[in-house]
Amino acid sequence: MIRLQTEPFDAGALLAQVSAAAGGAGAVASFTGLVRPATDGRSVEMLELDCYLGLAEQVIGGYVEEAVRRFSLLEALVVHRHGAIAPGEAIVFVAAAAAHRRAAFDAVDFLMDRLKTEAPFWKKEHGPAGGHWIEPRPADYHDAARWAPKDAT
Amino acid sequence: VARVLLFGRFADAAGWREREVEAPRLSELTHALGEADDLLGEALARPGLQVAVNQAIVRGDAELGPADEVAYLPPMSGG
Repeated sequence: MIRLQTEPFDAGALLAQVSAAAGGAGAVASFTGLVRPATDGRSVEMLELDCYLGLAEQVIGGYVEEAVRRFSLLEALVVHRHGAIAPGEAIVFVAAAAAHRRAAFDAVDFLMDRLKTEAPFWKKEHGPAGGHWIEPRPADYHDAARWAPKDAT
Repeated sequence: VARVLLFGRFADAAGWREREVEAPRLSELTHALGEADDLLGEALARPGLQVAVNQAIVRGDAELGPADEVAYLPPMSGG
């Protein structure tokens, strides 16, 4: 399941929902991404997140389906905010429930790596010196490449 | 007439997010956008551009039909 929203969310409540929905699961893993108060020594007053909603729903929905198949998940949830987000607030939440821990950890890791480089969001940091767009780091592409099909064999 | 959508730094460069533009092919549309606006042309020439037609990523050129939605996407960075 995926939710794209401008409103803040409560990661603890979302985790409880996933746990409650995942009957029979032996493991639930989750990740919550927060807006950093500073990047490379520049303070961040607000993070603006542009989003192509229609495509994002389609792309993330596809990756959630892939994760469910690949890691035999019993339940998966991705919540991603867009719009203006304050430092310290949560921007993304990913949770996966599976029979055992490794599948749950891997599924969350996989989904986050995909979101970082393949989901149509664009971040602009606003600070005292103005705003600038952030592009994925080389490490993000490197992380995403870990899930290429050859790794699955 | 294609419905053109700009996101991220492309929308900033152009000063608009959505506009209708007449063009028979994607390559001609991209060329026309750059010709009409130097800042947008420079932004679109940066590495990592992806284009989606009707919410599907297109590689290479494509014919455009009436009411097609063409989105210009800078390198994506969610999460």
